[in-house]
Amino acid sequence: MGIMKRLVPHPILTLLLTFTWLCLAATWTLNSLLFGLGLGLIIPFVTQPYWPNRPRLRAPLKIAEYILVVLWDIVIANTIVARIVLFKPNADRKPAWVTIPLELKTPEAITMLAGTITMTPGTLSADLSSEGHALLVHCLDAPDPDAMRDEIKDRYERRLMEIFE
Amino acid sequence: MITLAEFLIAFFLIIAGIFGFVGSFGLLKLNDEMSRLHAPTKATTLGVGGVLLASMLNAAVVQGHLSLHELMITLFLFLTAPITAHFIAKVHIHLQESRDTLPEAGGDGLWATHDTPADED
Repeated sequence: MGIMKRLVPHPILTLLLTFTWLCLAATWTLNSLLFGLGLGLIIPFVTQPYWPNRPRLRAPLKIAEYILVVLWDIVIANTIVARIVLFKPNADRKPAWVTIPLELKTPEAITMLAGTITMTPGTLSADLSSEGHALLVHCLDAPDPDAMRDEIKDRYERRLMEIFE
Repeated sequence: MITLAEFLIAFFLIIAGIFGFVGSFGLLKLNDEMSRLHAPTKATTLGVGGVLLASMLNAAVVQGHLSLHELMITLFLFLTAPITAHFIAKVHIHLQESRDTLPEAGGDGLWATHDTPADED
């Protein structure tokens, strides 16, 4: 176990890199599988010093649920934002800054949350507070900023808490 | 079967076209910098997503082979788009916003962009 852990420090990254290589090469042969696996073994081994305290994934299956929720929200939010862009006069639109207090502690989880907020249309993460305890989010149209904050905390942050912490 | 697939491919392409148009139109119509930044996130999610779905479907049904390049494009877009948007937002905060125009930074007092070395004196 000890030597395996030292040689393969990050098994999930190894699988992900192998899969990425296979997709990029687009040839499903033993040759590219072996080359991809080689890359998947070397890259985590070499870059190991850069993640001294990487988080444990507590519930890997929840990641699938999280991805589906986010994809669905992207479709829904896209139509809402399209309606705002096309039909709402600029004077009626209420853009707002919203502060989201964070319960997440791990940098990886906060990065996931910030990325998710940016990719769902209508909200955009702009900055992190100086000690990393709050996230600054810009909303395209937020008549009720508090409701927006609670929705982000309940939909995304709660799920990320279950995955990472 | 092929006809059905062609209808679906056309449907995804039209969806992609509409959202690509709305994204570009938003850049013109919205009237402040931060709001304009919202427009490209639409073009990169449903706009590009629709084209990629259509492309995968076309490869699978019409040409008869599995194509996974599109998944990689999605992966790389989802990795890079938030970072670009984040940098543009940070530039905006540097140039246009002061400590007073932004809301309170939770319990920390300052947002990271305004946390300059001068504060340590």
